[in-house]
Amino acid sequence: MIEIRFHGRGGQGAVTAANILASAAFKQGKYVQAFPFFGVERRGAPVTAFTRIDDKPIRIKTQIYEPDIVVVLDPSLLDTVDVTAGLKDGGTVIVNTEKSKEEVLEKLKKKPGKLALVDATTIALEILGLPITNTAILGAVAKATGVVELKYVQEAIKETFSGELGEKNAKAAEEAFNKTVVYEL
Amino acid sequence: MAEYKPIRKVVSGNYAAAYAAKHARVQVVAAYPITPQTSIIEKIAEFIANGEADIQYVPVESEHSAMAACIGASAAGARAFTATSAQGLALMHEMLHWASGARLPIVMVDVNRAMAPPWSVWDDQTDSLAQRDTGWMQFYAENNQEVYDGVLMAFKVAETVNLPAMIVESAFILSHTYDVVEMIPQELVDEFLPPRKPLYDLADFSRPFSVGALGTPNDYYEFRYKIAKAMEDAVKVIKDVGREFGERFGRDYSEMIEKGYVDDADFVFMGMGSLMGTVKEAVDLLRKEGYKVGYAKVRWFRPFPKEELREIAESVKGIAVLDRNYSFGQEGILFNEAKGVLYNTSARPIIKNYIIGLGGRDFTVQDVKAVAENMKKVIEAGKLDREVEWYHLKR
Repeated sequence: MIEIRFHGRGGQGAVTAANILASAAFKQGKYVQAFPFFGVERRGAPVTAFTRIDDKPIRIKTQIYEPDIVVVLDPSLLDTVDVTAGLKDGGTVIVNTEKSKEEVLEKLKKKPGKLALVDATTIALEILGLPITNTAILGAVAKATGVVELKYVQEAIKETFSGELGEKNAKAAEEAFNKTVVYEL
Repeated sequence: MAEYKPIRKVVSGNYAAAYAAKHARVQVVAAYPITPQTSIIEKIAEFIANGEADIQYVPVESEHSAMAACIGASAAGARAFTATSAQGLALMHEMLHWASGARLPIVMVDVNRAMAPPWSVWDDQTDSLAQRDTGWMQFYAENNQEVYDGVLMAFKVAETVNLPAMIVESAFILSHTYDVVEMIPQELVDEFLPPRKPLYDLADFSRPFSVGALGTPNDYYEFRYKIAKAMEDAVKVIKDVGREFGERFGRDYSEMIEKGYVDDADFVFMGMGSLMGTVKEAVDLLRKEGYKVGYAKVRWFRPFPKEELREIAESVKGIAVLDRNYSFGQEGILFNEAKGVLYNTSARPIIKNYIIGLGGRDFTVQDVKAVAENMKKVIEAGKLDREVEWYHLKR
């Protein structure tokens, strides 16, 4: 079972990202589970959301404490939230940032096995006209982890957002897929 | 019978409930919003707005009125549905008695939420269990699939025995968690659940009569017995409907208690709802580590599966009852019921109560293992260390 934790801020769509990732993996033939941190969310406050992916039905009904993959939608969270808390040894961290590998690693409490960086905010602003990075970042997840193929991510995005909005968001994911830089550490 | 080709979707527990209500072809929905239930009725409103469902939606000013509207609709022969949580269910309490007393097969989803104060929106079974004596059947869902299946079966059972039924799911853990659900094509749901044939129809003015009139001491007693009898009869109906559901759609619900490794277990975990998914995962791990454990997931709390529990008690040395609920001044509610059922039998397993997860406190695989460790010691000692354990308590 692969466990993924998303860190975002209320309003950035971390919960939607977790759901879309689950739908994409489901399209690829997997069993999935996606859920928000069971809290009281407010716009701008740090939020977390989770996705589980497995080859068999998922029975466990608890929160995720030891993720295989951590996805950070908002770079400012690196200064306030311990995003690598519980990260499995050799786990993957994916960050939306314009900063360098060294600058990001300096802020992480635990060194991941793999680090993937992409400036999803700029991509989202260019393509969507809004700094909402939840769809773009999923392109980075597809590139860095292999848990799901880009085409399924795009299909799931288009199912979530209809018409032109879906096309644009799918394009943002593709752009992020192409621009994500992956570092094996 | 048409060939069964399921439609698999990734949906939340609440959407599973809404889809099931739509597939059951409910005719009237009356509801009032409350977290974490609201997305059920929002989804139903969306179905109606999109023209996907022909449902009379009655917006009301409270849960009390929601149930009152369902009672009116159901008494006029309609298939009626509502959903609520916690304080909303408590506010409905009076009308729950009216629904069962009028023998109306209303189906409601209760999203288990802790009772305030202090305010909490998280999972806790005390809200639904506090409605134990209202004459409603109660089914506890482990996962989103069981929410969907439960609603469909509940209508069939309810309309057979003429009693209302509550399908209970966990706040957030199911209600807002997306999971794979196998849905049934409409025409096959229609074969399984044909249109309701009401016991009576208050809207039939050619045959006027009244419901809910005065029951004198000479009459009331027999009315109560008839409800008691209907609830007893529901045991067989539930098993038959559960078996039929399995034959048609591959998921068998003929057992009111789902059992795992019971025949080869020193002790079993017993509980209801979503927490049992985590227990099943933990039990598999524990068995690999050499623990002789099993599980007994109580699906139907009303009617209570007495015979099935007695059979389990014959074959195990201990039962660890996991209650995400509490009756002040006594103990966990499932624990209390289980002990009562076993009193008039010769089976005397050690039975211990663990109060877990109240107000959404997470109950993890590690926690199940810790309970197993404690229960193993209790069984080895042959006596209880304490009867009720507040498992998570910060000391």
